[in-house]
Order: sequence, then C-alpha cells, then structure tokens
Amino acid sequence: MSKLGKITRRTFLVGSAAIAGGVAFGVYKYKQPIPNPLLKTLGEGQAAITPYVLIDKSGISVIAARSEMGQGVYTTLGAMVAEELEVALEDINVIHGPASVAYYNSASLEEGLPIAATDTSSMANMVRENIDIMGKFMGLQLTGGSSSVPDGFEKMRMAGATARETLKAAAAKTWGLPVEALTAQNGQIIAPDGKTLAYTELAEAAATIELPYEPALKPQSEWKLLGKSQPRVDAVEKSTGTAEYGIDVQLPDMLYATIVSNPHRGGKLNSFEASTAKTMPGVQDIFEIENGVAVIATNTWLAFNAAKQITFDWDPADYPTNTAAVKETLQASFTDERLNAQNRNEGDVDSIITDDNSISGEYFAPFLAHASMEPLNATAWFRDGKIDLWTGHQWPTLAVQVIAQETGLSEDNIALHVPYLGGGFGRRAEPDLVRQATKLAIKLQGRPVKLTWTREEDTTHDFYRPMATARFSAVMGDDKPEALKLEVAASSVVASQMVDRAGLAMAGPDPTVAQAIWDQPYGIANYQVTSYTTPVALPIGSWRSVGASQNAFFQESILDELASAKNLDPLQMRLDMMTHEPSRKVLETVKAMSNWGSPLPEGHARGVAFCIAFGVPTAEVVEISMADNKVSIEKVYAAVDVGTALDPRIIESQVVSAVNFGLTAAMMNEITIKEGKVEQTNYHDHGHIRMYQAPKIEVKVLENMPRIRGIGEPGTPPAAPALANAIFAATGQRIRELPLNKTIDFV
Amino acid sequence: MKLNVNGQSYDVDVPPEMPLLWVLRDELNIKGPKFGCGIAQCGACTVHVAGNPVRSCSFPISAVQEQEITTIEGLGSPEAMSAVQAAWVEHQVPQCGYCQSGQIMSATALLANNPNPSDEDIDRYMSGNLCRCGTYPRIRAAIKTAAATVQQFDPQTDSVEQEQAS
Repeated sequence: MSKLGKITRRTFLVGSAAIAGGVAFGVYKYKQPIPNPLLKTLGEGQAAITPYVLIDKSGISVIAARSEMGQGVYTTLGAMVAEELEVALEDINVIHGPASVAYYNSASLEEGLPIAATDTSSMANMVRENIDIMGKFMGLQLTGGSSSVPDGFEKMRMAGATARETLKAAAAKTWGLPVEALTAQNGQIIAPDGKTLAYTELAEAAATIELPYEPALKPQSEWKLLGKSQPRVDAVEKSTGTAEYGIDVQLPDMLYATIVSNPHRGGKLNSFEASTAKTMPGVQDIFEIENGVAVIATNTWLAFNAAKQITFDWDPADYPTNTAAVKETLQASFTDERLNAQNRNEGDVDSIITDDNSISGEYFAPFLAHASMEPLNATAWFRDGKIDLWTGHQWPTLAVQVIAQETGLSEDNIALHVPYLGGGFGRRAEPDLVRQATKLAIKLQGRPVKLTWTREEDTTHDFYRPMATARFSAVMGDDKPEALKLEVAASSVVASQMVDRAGLAMAGPDPTVAQAIWDQPYGIANYQVTSYTTPVALPIGSWRSVGASQNAFFQESILDELASAKNLDPLQMRLDMMTHEPSRKVLETVKAMSNWGSPLPEGHARGVAFCIAFGVPTAEVVEISMADNKVSIEKVYAAVDVGTALDPRIIESQVVSAVNFGLTAAMMNEITIKEGKVEQTNYHDHGHIRMYQAPKIEVKVLENMPRIRGIGEPGTPPAAPALANAIFAATGQRIRELPLNKTIDFV
Repeated sequence: MKLNVNGQSYDVDVPPEMPLLWVLRDELNIKGPKFGCGIAQCGACTVHVAGNPVRSCSFPISAVQEQEITTIEGLGSPEAMSAVQAAWVEHQVPQCGYCQSGQIMSATALLANNPNPSDEDIDRYMSGNLCRCGTYPRIRAAIKTAAATVQQFDPQTDSVEQEQAS
C-alpha cells in the first residue's frame, strides 16, 4: 500500500520497482475518465465532444492545450484533429484552452526514463506505456521535453475521429438514416442522396450523443494534411502585429506594475527607501513583496522609472559569491557522497586505463539564461471571489496550483488564460511570475494589474542552465577508443525545478545530469559513465534540451580529441563505433550533405557532432572560415530522424532554430556571479547571434526511427561541439570551456 | 502633446522624456511594437518616424513632435498585408513571432532605401534586430521576395492581397 500512496502524492515513478505499484493502481485509476473541462463553461448551443474539440454555430475550435511558443504546435496539433475530423485547417480556430489535468502530457516524462532511446525491447516499451499512465496521474499539463507531437499524435487524431463519428451519429439521427450510409467531408456530413449538414449545424444534436464505439484512425496512406507542410495558423497574425502575447493583454482600468527582487537570489529584503520614487508622476503605490519591492503606476514605463529611484538593503545569498567558487565546488563533486548514478558500465575501464597509457581532460559549461524576446510578465484580476490570470506559460496546471495557494480559492474560481508566448525555452515553465502577479492582484482587489519585468530583472532572475563539468580518461585503440571513462557533475535541475519549485516528490537519481551522455549508441568495449550532483548555487531550470545541451559538448568534443590522437577522421570513427542503424544513417546523411572530406577553400574547416536526445538521432556538420584570427560560421548541415515527419517545414524551422540557439550559447553566452549577483543584465552582455553572424543551415529529415518524436530541442546539443570541433580542425586549438569567445574571436 | 500615428492624430499627456514605445503601447493601445530590452539592443520596438526606422524604446516622445509615426499596424492588416508582410507569410518566417514586428519594420525601411539589397546589405541593415528563435534564413529569403514585389509597389502605402503559403 505504501507504493500506492506515493503515486497519489505525485511521485515521479520510473524504473521497474516503482512500476509494479504504479501499474496495479494505475490501471484502475487510468480507466476512470477525467471530466471534460470544457463542459463547465459551455455557452448556449455549444458542444464539446471531446476536451479537444469545441463546436458551435459560429465554428470549430480545437483546444491545443499546449503552449504556442514558436514551435508550431497550434498548427501541427490542429492538423492532427483536422485530418480525422475531415475539415480544412483554415476552417478551424486553434486555441490554448483552459488549464486542466485532462490535458496531461505523458510524453514529457519519457526522456527521464532510464531507458535508452535506442532500446526497442518489449521491457523498454512496457515501461514507456506505463509512463503514460503516470502522466495521467500527475496531471502535468506541460509544454516541454519536445513532447507535444508524440503526446498528441494519438490523442488529437482520436479527438478528431471521435468528433467526426459523433457528428455522423447526430446526422443519422436527424435524417433517420443508418450511420454507415453517411460520409464526413470538408466540414459537412453528406447523405447518399447528396444532402448535407454542416458540423456547426449538428453541434447541438451531437452534444447529446455518447459514441458507443471507439473510432478507427486513418492509415497513414490516407493522410491529406499530415506528412505535408501546412501554412502555420499563426503566420498572418505574427506578420501583422495582431498576435496577442501576454504582454499585450489590456483590461479596463488596468494598473501597471514592475517588481525588483533581491539580486542575491533567495536572499531577503532588509529595508528599502522609496520617498523620491513615491512622488514620481503616475506612481500609485510602492510596497514590499516577497524578497523585493513592487511599484504600481499608471503605465509600465512610469513604474520602471520609479523603480530606478528606490534604494535597497539586500540580504546576501547563501551560495558562493563568485563564479570561480561555484566552479571549485563543481570540481570537488566527484565523490561518493555526491554520486547521482553510475549510468553506464561496460567492460572494465579501471583495469585498462592507467596514468601512462591514457588521454585525459576536463571540460566546463557555464550557467546560461533563456533570454526569450518577450520579457516575463503576467496580468491578474482578482474580484468577486474569483481570479483571472493571463500569462504565456508552459505549465498551466502548476500555475493554477500556485494561484490556488496564494488566494485560497478553489480551482473552479481560477481562470488561467494562456496567450502566445514570445519564446519560452523552459523559462516559462516556472511559477515565479504567476505567484508575484497573484500577490499583486490580491493586494489591489478589484483592479486588474499587469506585471512586467524589465529585461534586467529577467536576465538576473532567471532559472539558469546549470554550470557543469566533465572529466574523462581514455585509451585509444587503432580505429576507435578501447576504453572511455566519463564523469559529469552539475546541480540537479529536477531538485531545483521539480521538487523545490513545483513541489513534486522525486524518486531516484536526476536523469538530466547524465542526459544524452550515458545512452549514446557508441560501441566501446570498456565504457563507463558516472554522474554527480553539486549543491544548487543559482536557481536552475530546464533550458532548451536540458542536460543534453552541455553533455553533447562534453561527449562529442572528447570523441574528437580521441580521433585526432590517432589521426583518425572524426566522422569515420563515429561511424565505425555506431551500434544503432538510424543513428548511423543521420551521420551518413550529413557526411553526404556536407561533402565531408572534400577539399575546402583556404582557411575553411569542418567539424562534426552527433547526439541522440529526446529519441531523435541528430548529426550536424559546421563549416567555418578563419580570417584575421576570427571565426565566421559559414554553413551548418543537420540530419535528424523524427520517426514520422508530420510537417516537414515546421520540423526544418525547428532544427534551424535549435541550431542557432546552440551556436549562440557556444559562441558568446555565459552567466557569471560577482558578489553574489548575476553580472549580465541585458542583450549588450548576454546577446544572441545576429543576422550577419547567422549561417546558412541545410536540414534533412529522416524517418527510420520506430516511434514518432518531437523536434523542439534535439537540434541544439550537437551545435556547440560541431562548432568547437571545426575550430580545432581550423586552428589545432582544442577549446574545453564554453563560451568559445573566451578563447577565440568571432566575426 | 499631439501625435500622428498611422494617419490618426492623438493627444497624450505624458512626461516629455517618456519613450515612444510606451506611449504607443500603454497610452494608445497600439500593441504591435514590442518591448524587448529597453536599451535599443534588440529592435523588437522598431517603428518608423518620418519614414526612418527608430528603436522606439529609447526614443523620447519629445523628439517625435508632429512627425508621422508608422507602426506595423500602419503597414497592412491581416486582410490587406503589405508586400513585406505577405512575403513573411509566404516564407512562413515567424516562430514565436515576438521580434517579427520589428524585423518587418526594419525590412520595410531597408527596401524603401535600397530596393534590391544584396546579402551584405541585408546583413548590415538587419543586424540590429535580434531573433531568439533564429529565423534569420527565412527573414533573408522573405526580404528578397519582397524586394521583387516592391519593384512594383511602394511598401509604405500599397498593400497586396493576402497570399497563403504554398
């Protein structure tokens, strides 16, 4: 019984022992339907046939239930429904919908399983199926982990098919015809004699029908929308300035706020002095709020301006006061007490590797900020025992939980509205803005308030990609490593984000620390990967591709070092070691795309890297040129395998995006601490790649993997090592610490 | 203070040093121009003042006076997009989309000054606009398509019918 109790307390259950309890209880609970959240708010004449499809006389809405932060989910999830519903994509309105456990995401948990993506055994698949049940228990409505497509693939098509069959049943009843005689096409049900009823006309009748059977899904060969690039449903809005982001929410009689919190993260506010600020034009109120001060004014700029005139006495933070000290803590983490897990152990590395015969080294990756283009903001309105809150969020059910904690209201009286997100990359899965805006709304009872952070507050109060280190020792054979011992250390993202801030209990090691370094499909006879956790310094969180972002840099740079030690072609060495066919194919594909091995102009060089993360094998070749000791990134070739490609253009765009994201970080980004505060404040010192630096990027999408996968993140991890390896090829300089611009200049 | 935005005149009562961006967004409810950095580093707030692109987050309202201000809303609408906007849709440029108002304003100004820009011209002119989603290759392609269209249209005043992406 104790195991069953743990499940209901939302424990992360992964691994076989926990699954024994999870399945027994899980299957029973799993079969209980979750109430359709749309039924609570239906208007006159509206029908919500499934939690994902809402039809009324005016049209068809699809509830994506995933946040549109640029990755194209509204389009692809909408196309999944439209495909089965037999309606044109432009005839549906895709919306986020309410926060509800009904919209749980099961696929987001899969990356944390201790099963390699290359493992297709029945045991591995059983564990994957069980994680779906866990997802339902935990009710995580979460956009992240490149999971929206795999999570929605069956659910959304089934939603469309269920709606279609229910509409057919409603038409059959209306006409007194057998349902088998009717067809659905282009938003209408058609009778054998050619008469038609639009879905919108059938909505009311359909609402009373419960479908007695589970509809069948179309075979892939009959797809009309899926598998083909669709025009994005948000392209026109986003090209005309009419798309609404959280920061654009406008309410009657609204006040505007900003908050300045202690830059020594977690430290208290001792006192503040705001006598000048209080007299400034438009300032309505200035008051203390958890570890900081809120300024309420009649517009955002007046609030920003007044905040600059406040002086603060801050308490220090309880982590090391500078980056060097955090680095020392990391380097001291390879101890039994700090052991996270021995993630891989094949052969016997320790008997083969000695001081005399081995190559060894140490790598570092810095803290990184998410730096989305839309600064963090949230708008809240607390009135008549109810609260409405608008914010671009990746984890709506967590947001609702936080609002409930702050207000004491039941979830029925909380409405969360999720507009478009001006970037997320993991930052918008955090509850901090929601908590702050809720506190402001409670204080300002009855009046809506929009809280906007300055860019400076956003940069200095992020939940960063953790600083991380790796060390290795290896013995090279003739054509590949004979032994490779890898040790990685980082603070635990799961402990900081999922346990401390989201309140989830967590069993077992943190899967993100060794993510995408323990499970790479390389055949090395003696191969050991061990991970260690370091105490959290700055608060950390999920940053596009999480642990894979630094671990691919470590693993793939190290392999490059080993290849060069024996004068081996680094791409060929990887092919010679590869144990997984789809992974071999992505490498062979970039080899062909980049004309690997062919002569290059003077000063040009190529680097290669591979990583399988989120179940997507990805290989990238970066071509650079050197002039006046400065690096220009000329071209990037990327090959990815997503299993089934639903929208080739969106996939290509996501890979381009993820490559630029990885290159930006590798070239120029780091967050450092001085006197307990983050030093970087804005885009002048934590910038992004710009047009003149952005390379041409060529992408090929393969479909050899057995299961459909998402593509928001997998393009990021190989970008940094492919660039660093190209720099080595051009200069002979092996750079073991990011960002690269600490060692070499870029154009 | 009097303002002329997208052909409409407004009266605003704000401090003279208030940046144009916040007057547009919070006082006039013109939400196309975006707040990104506040220090003219990202270009999300780009609008035209007398036809010239400016970073409105760092441009005091007192410097605008009676000059014509154009925002993304003044270029076109979803029903009647400008040539540049139509090229953006044709090339499916936006991802998160937050920077794209500023990108389109910069691209429109580029083409008004240089109807047939080279890659280097585009690099130079567009490098004040950041895109965290890394849509740069599609922006470059869209500018070239728009350049071909702009040969026949004035992007400041003309609009073309909405085109769906192929």
